[in-house]
This record gives sequence, C-alpha cells and structure tokens, in this order.
Amino acid sequence: MSALAYPDHITATYYLVLAAILFTIGAVGLLVRKNTLVMFMCIELMLNAANLTFVSYANALNDISGQVIVFFTLVVAAAEVAVGLAIIIAIFRRRQSVNADDVDLLKG
Amino acid sequence: MDAVVFFICAAAVVVGALGVITGRNAVHSALFLLLTLVSIAVLYLQQHAALVAAIQIVVYASAIVVLFLFVITLLGVDKQEPTDDSHPVQRVAAIVLGALALTGILVLVHGNRWVTGAHSTRGALGTAESGNVETLAKSLFTDFFWAFEITAVLLVIAVVGSVVLARRSGHRAEAPDAEAGEPGARAEGERAPV
Repeated sequence: MSALAYPDHITATYYLVLAAILFTIGAVGLLVRKNTLVMFMCIELMLNAANLTFVSYANALNDISGQVIVFFTLVVAAAEVAVGLAIIIAIFRRRQSVNADDVDLLKG
Repeated sequence: MDAVVFFICAAAVVVGALGVITGRNAVHSALFLLLTLVSIAVLYLQQHAALVAAIQIVVYASAIVVLFLFVITLLGVDKQEPTDDSHPVQRVAAIVLGALALTGILVLVHGNRWVTGAHSTRGALGTAESGNVETLAKSLFTDFFWAFEITAVLLVIAVVGSVVLARRSGHRAEAPDAEAGEPGARAEGERAPV
C-alpha cells in the first residue's frame, strides 16, 4: 500500500511532501534565474515551504510551538525582503540592471 | 472533503511555484507567487492554524507581494526578459540536483517516520471551534519572549538598514566632487531619480 494512494484522511506526510516539492522548486529557481527580483521570490517560496513544515508538525504533534516559530520566520522574511529590495534598488542605480550576472565586482 | 481541498490547493501551490520560476516577466512571477501564498494560507486553515493563515494573507500575500510589485514597477523592469542561455550547464545541473534532493527528501518522508516526538510540550492546539489564539499568545509571551524581543531589534535594524541603503548616496560625495571637478562622478550624482 503506497503512502500516497488516494486518501480518506490527509496525514502530515502529504503536507511534508508538498513542502519538499515547494522547497525544491524554490531552490532550483534560485539557481536558474538571473533576475534578482525573481531570485528573491524563490527565497520566499523556500521560506514558505519551511513554514508549511512547521505548521504541519504543529498539527501532527498537537503542539503550539510550531505555529509560534512561523511568526519568527515571517519577521525574518519581512526584514529580509525590506533589506534585499533596498540592495536591489541601490544596485539598479549603479548598473541600470537587476541581472545577477552584472554584479560581479568580487569576481576579480 | 479534506482531500479535495488539499489536492486543489497543492496543485495551486505547485503551479504557482513553477510559474514563479518560469515566468519571463517579473510581474507575472509576483502574481504566481501570490497564488502560491494564498493557497498555502488555505492549507494552514486546514491544519488548525487560523491565526497563522490570517497573518500569511496580511503579511505575505499583501505586504510582501505589494512591495515586490512596487519595486518591479519602480525600477521599470516589468518587461519580457530575453531567454538567458549564458549558463546552460548551471541550469541543467540545478535541475538535476533539485530532482536528486527532492528524491532524497521523499525517501525520508516515505512511511511517515518523521512525525515522532513528544506531544503538546508547549500547549495543545485547541479545537477548531475555539481557535488557538490564546494558547499561541501565551506561548509567545512566555516561552518565546526573549526571541520575541530580539525580533523587535531585528525589525528596527532592517528598517534603518533599508533606509540607509535606499537613500541616494549623492550628498556625501558632493563636497569632494565640487573641488575635484570630476565630470563622471557629478553626472552620476545628477542622474534623474529612478
């Protein structure tokens, strides 16, 4: 009996598999895209996959702390987006581009 | 019923995520991101996390996506990008490694072996009817109080940092430029604001 046959009850495994797929898509997107704005969105996808895992475990273990930690992830995500977009704007002022390949000052 | 809601939302999550990474237009990527975030909020609701779902909508689906769209349109990069083939090896390697990582995770998840551990160490979730805002707040302001204070510091640092980063760095460079009369630097300082 496969764990993923059509279910009458959705267990935590389904959410964990979905979160794993979402995280992988985000990670692959971060590596293949060159637009820094889209790369940031991929980071958001990965953070959301982590949040989904936390909430799934909170539900599976009937424990509130998984949901509390989602708040901290949200705060970190919000801070990261604010600082990241400010950096993108600063780079765009210098280079007139949001392409990650154009930012190669440290390449030597 | 649970299964129907789950599979519809899961399909929307995956379609939205694929749309984010394949969209040629950054605005389309942001809108696909919105689809993913809202579907995840529904999945939170399904798992007795009503407050988390509400905050997901308010913070992620509203604030963060609007911030993305604002920056995309502010910078004027909301047009089709040409297909980028400068790193074909990197692209193929990323997809292969991603598939490998996903396979590894799925092998680990298989059989539901992960969901083990002590139950309700910080308080139970509560029923679907009563909600769990009170339990959540109690845990946040007792067990996690130190982390809560630290996030306040983090947010202040992020706000100050983004203001410093996004400010035009013109006026600091102005005084030496006026003396040296460097035309390149002055042209940069006088560029029309983006």
